[in-house]
Amino acid sequence: MANDPKAYLVVSVLLFAIGMAGFLIRKNLLIVFLSVELMLNAGALAILVFARLYGDTDGHVFFFLILALAAAESAVGLSMVIALYRLRHKLDTDDLVELRG
Amino acid sequence: MHQVFFWIFASVAVGAGLLAITRKAALHCALSLVVSFVALAGLYFQLKAPFPGILQVMLYAGAIMVLVIFVIMFLNAPEEDPSEKISKPGVIASVFLLIPFAALLIGVILHSNLPVPAAVAPDFGTVASIGTRLFGTWTWVFEVLSLLLLAALVAAVLLAKKRLD
Repeated sequence: MANDPKAYLVVSVLLFAIGMAGFLIRKNLLIVFLSVELMLNAGALAILVFARLYGDTDGHVFFFLILALAAAESAVGLSMVIALYRLRHKLDTDDLVELRG
Repeated sequence: MHQVFFWIFASVAVGAGLLAITRKAALHCALSLVVSFVALAGLYFQLKAPFPGILQVMLYAGAIMVLVIFVIMFLNAPEEDPSEKISKPGVIASVFLLIPFAALLIGVILHSNLPVPAAVAPDFGTVASIGTRLFGTWTWVFEVLSLLLLAALVAAVLLAKKRLD
């Protein structure tokens, strides 16, 4: 079972679902942000499973793509959190409704 | 042996992930996420991907999460922490959409006919072969990533400046 790629893919789905649930349920902006990181990691795990399955190193190259993407995302996302906190002194997603149509 | 490590790493990754979205304090969530990422690095090693595993520990658990923890401590959110509140529509969406969808996906995976992983080439996952691919076939990806990181750098400096005019 453990050598089976299916087990790894199930772990990936579980992690993605946990990240998605955190994204939907939590209201703290920082925890919403952490949930996105968890979902990114679930995707990276799936990529590496398929790289192993087909013996193709290109999957590892695209792992770097995800890593650099996550670094860029966390830099921009965290600076937006800091800017918002300076303006509002709150991190609740319910308070940030100006862009609601 | 392989199986024992798989179950340890998989259960730690999922368990710490669950902790990361259920703890009240943002700092506890971030620290649980670090544990989850390190366990994921263990899974990467199992998948014959040692270099991504090392990068996962160094960059994800090391750099990115330290940045997140730094921001959490820097903001030092007040006591009337909104993190204790949960979003009701979010709970409804999770129960009625996300859980069935995840169950469906797991069912599809378990009933799929994935090939058994073949014995890989001896240079699979080595730093040399990854480097050859990255700077050979995928040079443009590398260039796009440099541009992305530069844009993120400029955006982060602009956004986190003292005054947002």
